[in-house]
Amino acid sequence: MDNLKLMTYIVVFASFALYFGIAWWARAGSTSEFYVAGKGVHPVLNGMATGADWMSAASFISMAGMIAFMGYGASVFLMGWTGGYVLLAMLLAPYMRKHGKFTVPEFIGDRYYSNTARIVAVACLIIASLTYVIGQMKGVGVAFSRFLEVPYDLGLYIGMFVVWVYAVLGGMKGITYTQIAQYCVLIFAYTVPAVFISLELTGNPIPQLGLGSKLVGQDVYLLDKLDAIITDLGFKDFSTTAQGSTVNMFAYTMSLMIGTAGLPHVIMRFFTVPSVKAARSSAGWALVFIAALYTVAPAVGAMARLNLHNTIEPTPGDYLAYDERPQWFKNWENTGLLAFEDKNGDGLIQYNAGPENEMVKVDNHIMVLANPEIAKLPNWVIALVAAGGLAAALSTAAGLLLAISSSISHDLMKSVLTPNMTEKSELRAGRIVMTLAILVAGYLGLNPPAFAAGTVAMAFGLAAASIFPALMMGIFSKTINKQGAVAGMIAGIGVTLFYVFQHYGIMFVKETAFLGDMQPNWFFGIDPKAFGVVGAVVNFAVAYVVTKMTPPVPSDIAAMVDNFRIPSGAGAAAADH
Amino acid sequence: MSDHASYWKANVRLMIICLVIWFAVSFGCGILLFEPLNAIKLGGYKLGFWFASQGSIYTFLFLIFFYAARMNKLDAEHGVNE
Repeated sequence: MDNLKLMTYIVVFASFALYFGIAWWARAGSTSEFYVAGKGVHPVLNGMATGADWMSAASFISMAGMIAFMGYGASVFLMGWTGGYVLLAMLLAPYMRKHGKFTVPEFIGDRYYSNTARIVAVACLIIASLTYVIGQMKGVGVAFSRFLEVPYDLGLYIGMFVVWVYAVLGGMKGITYTQIAQYCVLIFAYTVPAVFISLELTGNPIPQLGLGSKLVGQDVYLLDKLDAIITDLGFKDFSTTAQGSTVNMFAYTMSLMIGTAGLPHVIMRFFTVPSVKAARSSAGWALVFIAALYTVAPAVGAMARLNLHNTIEPTPGDYLAYDERPQWFKNWENTGLLAFEDKNGDGLIQYNAGPENEMVKVDNHIMVLANPEIAKLPNWVIALVAAGGLAAALSTAAGLLLAISSSISHDLMKSVLTPNMTEKSELRAGRIVMTLAILVAGYLGLNPPAFAAGTVAMAFGLAAASIFPALMMGIFSKTINKQGAVAGMIAGIGVTLFYVFQHYGIMFVKETAFLGDMQPNWFFGIDPKAFGVVGAVVNFAVAYVVTKMTPPVPSDIAAMVDNFRIPSGAGAAAADH
Repeated sequence: MSDHASYWKANVRLMIICLVIWFAVSFGCGILLFEPLNAIKLGGYKLGFWFASQGSIYTFLFLIFFYAARMNKLDAEHGVNE
């Protein structure tokens, strides 16, 4: 075993040992601890846990790669995945915390005085969260197979086992404290290579400033240099190329923002803090910890792209010989994520945007993972990136699994199917359902359905179209009734699924796509993944119209809304109901 | 007007101000005004690109903490604090 691999094993298993230790320390003894960590988490710590909960394998592994190859167009992810916290802090989190219940469907069921609304919310939650969790399971498998060279399947089993230990033992309490540890691992793993690389290229150790600086020893800004190199090779400009039309950029960003605010596993985190005041500030702290990665990501993307081109073609016309390619190049060739084809037979690597390009495959996902190797950083840094990628995937998977299992054990079983359950048996049911959810997620990770590609962005569209509008109307309107809310959620998620399915096929079975001669983005040039905002507008409109046509809300609902609009009495709220 | 109603009105007003800024910085500077802003440079950053990749995130942070602080004050003024 070489030094790098040994180092990686040590770092990864040390991080797992840490998570197990925390899991044992934070065992859950009651349903309140299992669902909402006993509502006693400090707002700063909750912010940190939210950061890990939120930043998935996609944020950690894929985002900088997308920025590297899409440039400005990838800003929809940067703004969309952070701007949602403003909405969460102002429109949802404080009021839902005041209401003081355990789950998001429970809030919807209470406000719309209806078990039907609650069950529809559970269905929307499961659709959105399950699409999301598959991506995390795949991330775990890929990280294991690339860094520890264990088979993908075995990697996935290990990941499932790790999540099972702390999620089943500790529920939300265990997940919260392991997420805090995972945040520390992942942010350290992300920023250390970025600082090294920024220092090396620009002499400035702060990547956010390095990206706006001149290159070491040259009188040219890094971004200008990058634009010049890639446009010379025929690629699109880095700092101005948008993703589709302005309307698409707009819709994509908005969908991700309201999707962020509508994803139950994120909202649930704000049920764990002790007060309304803490819920507001905790959203700010969450964004502090998320911004620590998100503002570094553009620098990582741009610098990785520059280093990649500098490695392959150090000066214009002077190409790297294939036989002299570095070790990281060979490693990634083995995974199939990087591929070279010597089209002109000269043994040199020509990489450009023309038909004679010989780098036939450069996958987005390798940029963060290969970045430290491309920049020739020490082995311990590379080992750290492996642990960070795993922390990002595991922490998000745990949050999603808790959202899924609590909606089943608390919203379906306790309130609808078997309401006579004691607290002790509900706790046991929660643990059994969590175990089953992990098995299902693992199965889907092993046999990724056709829709596994690009699923993460899809989950946002679905949450944006279904859950966000129902919550917002529930808080800001006293008149929207149960018929309106139910019809709105179904119409919103329905129209979004329709637009996605027409392009990707029904249930993502490609053969069933029914688009005919139309473009996938026929509706004002909006990408299917950016359609959540249209679904949300449909949801609002349908809810409004249906409410007008059906009986008004019962009088006690207005009192409930008035009660959760003011912060006082948050501690007692749970006992009242 | 009862105190709770005036509290809610003040809250909604503050929220709308914050959301206007939220929109102006991200959708405004980062997307709609992207091209004209790019004529201006902030170090090596084109300004529109800076807003889309950095500036909007810093503004979001400021907005949440600003809102949280003002709401704490409003809570106390209207006697609805915990």
